[in-house]
Amino acid sequence: MITEFLNMNGYGFYVWSAFTFTLVNFTLLYAVIKIQYVREKEKFVSKFGTLNSEQASFAKLQSINKEILSNSSNI
Amino acid sequence: MFKYFEPNKIFSITSKAPKYVLILFVIVLTIGLVESLVLSPEDYKQSHSVRIMYVHVPAAWITLGIFSSITLLSVIGYIFKIKNFFLISKSLAPSGFIFCIIALVTGSIWGKPTWGTWWAWDARITSMLILALFYGIYLLAWRIYHDKDQVFKVTSIITIIGIINVPIIKYSVDWWNTLHQPASINILSKSSIHSSMLFPLAIMTAAFALFSLLIFLMKYNTELIKIKNKGLDRL
Repeated sequence: MITEFLNMNGYGFYVWSAFTFTLVNFTLLYAVIKIQYVREKEKFVSKFGTLNSEQASFAKLQSINKEILSNSSNI
Repeated sequence: MFKYFEPNKIFSITSKAPKYVLILFVIVLTIGLVESLVLSPEDYKQSHSVRIMYVHVPAAWITLGIFSSITLLSVIGYIFKIKNFFLISKSLAPSGFIFCIIALVTGSIWGKPTWGTWWAWDARITSMLILALFYGIYLLAWRIYHDKDQVFKVTSIITIIGIINVPIIKYSVDWWNTLHQPASINILSKSSIHSSMLFPLAIMTAAFALFSLLIFLMKYNTELIKIKNKGLDRL
């Protein structure tokens, strides 16, 4: 029954190839975008660490900066 | 009205949304895969190869929708000088491009058992390939140009030229003799597709739409952090 399901009347190769290609592309795109996001966030956190207290408190006036530094912005 | 689209205001939402969208996407995709690979019937003519439709058609619909949205946002952004619209457009492009590639490749895979060939230079396939090229040029423009005004202008021009291709893709099957069949699903008139196939198609379309939303949100957040990184340099 499983072989029958995989074979799909001889069309299995085409059907599984199409679905696999789609899912692999989804995974790759997700991974690439996630890596870009993590890198930018790490860069932001390390840059923020180099600010002096005056600059840091000024930067923290912007809510978006606080959001980036908080854990809530993790994907 | 446009002030509500300011990055500072919406980041608190866009930064939290991806994890919920990801969960929803996995659930909807799982249902869609079960429906399209197991529960939906085979076609009386195409047999099981019809199942390729459940990835090919949603990918084609979404890539066309994304390109149209990018064009609309770029034009409005350029006219009203709304930079955030360009950021949204830029964030939409990667998933649009990937969906275009998926539509082309799965279409090619579907073509072999159905038409007996992997590729044919017919109107629909060629115009989809042109769309992929426009996506490629659009993404490349963002990498090449670093001056904001220049990149906004260039990307707007690319999308305006590219949008001419969208109705050509849609109506190519009616205007020319192509290997593709005319549309089976019509919004205004009765669809010729059976509900047992329409349901999995709708589920897979929803899953693909959720995936593009997920990628958009992640990319948009990345772009915002990139801008904020530059802001920290100026302090």
